Amino acid sequence: MTNFSRRAALRAIALWTAASTLIGGPALAEGDKVRIGYAVARTGANATGAGITTIPNYELWVKTVNAAGGLKMPDGSQRMIEVVEYDNRSSNEDLVRSIERLASQDKVDLILPPWGTGPNLAVAPLFDRFGYPQLAVTAVTDKAPDFVKRWKRSFWLLGGGHDYAEGLVDVLKAARDAGTINNKIAAVSVADGFGIDLISGARPAFKQAGFDLVYDKSYPLGTSDFSAILSEAKASGADSFVAFSYPPGSFGMTKTAQSMGFNPKVFYLSVGGAFPIYPGIADGKAEGVMAIGGVNADSPAMQEYFARHTKEIGNPPDSWASAITYASLQMLEQAVARVGLDHEALANELSTGSFDTVIGTVKLEDNQLRDLWWVGQWQGGAFRAIDPADKPGASAPIIPKPAW
Amino acid sequence: MKIALSLAALVALALAPFGVSDYGLGLLIGAVTYVTLASGWAVFSGHTRYVSLATVAFYGTGAYTVAVLNEAMPYWLVLIVAGLIGAAIALVVGLSTLRLAGVYFVIFTFGLSELVRQLITWYEVNVTGTLGRYIFLDVSAREIYWQMLALGAATIALTAWIQRHRLGLALRVIGDDEVVAAHSGIPLARTKLTAFVLSATILTLAGAIASPRWVYVEPSIVFNPTVSFLTVIMALLGGANRLWGPVLGAVPLFLAFEWLSARFPDTYPIFLGLLFILVVFALPDGILAGLERLKTRKTEDRA
Repeated sequence: MTNFSRRAALRAIALWTAASTLIGGPALAEGDKVRIGYAVARTGANATGAGITTIPNYELWVKTVNAAGGLKMPDGSQRMIEVVEYDNRSSNEDLVRSIERLASQDKVDLILPPWGTGPNLAVAPLFDRFGYPQLAVTAVTDKAPDFVKRWKRSFWLLGGGHDYAEGLVDVLKAARDAGTINNKIAAVSVADGFGIDLISGARPAFKQAGFDLVYDKSYPLGTSDFSAILSEAKASGADSFVAFSYPPGSFGMTKTAQSMGFNPKVFYLSVGGAFPIYPGIADGKAEGVMAIGGVNADSPAMQEYFARHTKEIGNPPDSWASAITYASLQMLEQAVARVGLDHEALANELSTGSFDTVIGTVKLEDNQLRDLWWVGQWQGGAFRAIDPADKPGASAPIIPKPAW
Repeated sequence: MKIALSLAALVALALAPFGVSDYGLGLLIGAVTYVTLASGWAVFSGHTRYVSLATVAFYGTGAYTVAVLNEAMPYWLVLIVAGLIGAAIALVVGLSTLRLAGVYFVIFTFGLSELVRQLITWYEVNVTGTLGRYIFLDVSAREIYWQMLALGAATIALTAWIQRHRLGLALRVIGDDEVVAAHSGIPLARTKLTAFVLSATILTLAGAIASPRWVYVEPSIVFNPTVSFLTVIMALLGGANRLWGPVLGAVPLFLAFEWLSARFPDTYPIFLGLLFILVVFALPDGILAGLERLKTRKTEDRA
């Protein structure tokens, strides 16, 4: 056995060298292609979210751009996009290493961000160190103004928890003042960064608007039986049921509410409510269900985007972060056409320029997208944005929600 | 001679960051982290054959300690506190559960990771009211690498020392047969507990050292059960009861997974599952023992 330890060490070193040459082969020759890299979650806990919102849009965009002859450069020439993709396995350690690989080994021209708030924060210092602009879409954070100061080339496009909570309060306040719903709210939240952010933004906002939060419970991530929670919410006498939830919970609560005949006048869900599969989950009775996000379903650009996504990917996009993800790529595309691939010029253009995208004309404020939809509602088979109510394209809310 | 060779390798590894790209450094950090985890895991589980899936409970606790304390005290003090917390948890848990054996112990340790995760979540939700925490520490990747390398080297040195010491002998007897061990006068509880606490402290420190690379920490990120499974499979593949076994398992597997994540991004979990089966059926004692068996068979054939 003692003989073996030295040999083992030697073997390990030999293996290591062999494997590292295998992995870290020379970077591919730079042709006239633009190399764009991303490290997204193909496997693990984040794979669902990345698979619905992030990956399809990256693929759709690359396909669309390449079909049109490639990315336009300032001199009018076009260069095809070549993708370098890694699986981050939903682990931040692997993600960080993949970004280092894209930047220092593959030396890609641009890097697209991963899915999720935590992953985007984990890579922000690296994007900053290597100088790449970071168009963080799927990161809901109230701290974006601080991050923008810390990482000058980071852009935050999905708002913060407080924004969504306050948007919801606006909708509820208008309905209460019109006498459609009573003053009571029953709220549940998933015990996860996202759910906690939203409920802690909502509590003071409800109070300030004069609402009575009669039921306020958090449930652990992974809960699958919601009958107890929903019975209590039903018994609370609140006309408005608010769930700061994730997809499995959003779907589970819908099913449970239907089977127990829980018909609040406002039924609000968070992530998952705007998914294209939601009407199917709700057994075709999604009409009137509110959720986070929303799109201007009447805009031709949005309709074209939905049709193209459905055709190329095989299913429609979700009606919250998908369109914004796609818009962020269009911003990148237009910024490259104006200033080329130099990272500093690109970051500057993204920060100050204005862009024509599927969500309309986008101009960032302090590196953040603030012109967003906070609340949407299923109306006639489409998930339509209802708040901010004064934003062009907003639909009028349907309250009370028709019974299941 | 052997020690000199190991020291030379250590020096070479310590100088490695000067000659590699950022990604190369990332690879070194990853490899050394898993070597540390697998070796640290083997300090307790290698000889006793108690398969623990609590690795991430300690690893995550280390990361969380840094997230909570990084603004309150200097970094080196945070590391010490993290180590102490890991040791304290291991002491409490060990005292109450080390009489479990076999599959009960496996299930318990898996549950422990969930328990720690849910406890922290509950605390954050109900007491502090926010779940994510930030680690804005100015620790460079190189510094992380050196710290991790030092911890890994210390772990291997500790393992070497334990194997030559009474503790190692006692652990080996326990692993072979607990009843025999008890009858030969080995204090079962104390021996197991010592090894468990040592192992847990190393795992906790590893988490604390690695955490500045993540910037943002929340329970679902740091208590990722894959870490526990990977650690077990790496240690078992190399041979958990050999000094260099965990190293031999961790480095190639880590590199293989890195390669897979680029070439076959969707199939990684399938590969992991197959590997588990392969290790359990074909190499139950690890590569080193397998090679040894092969060698003896050849010698016998010749004889």
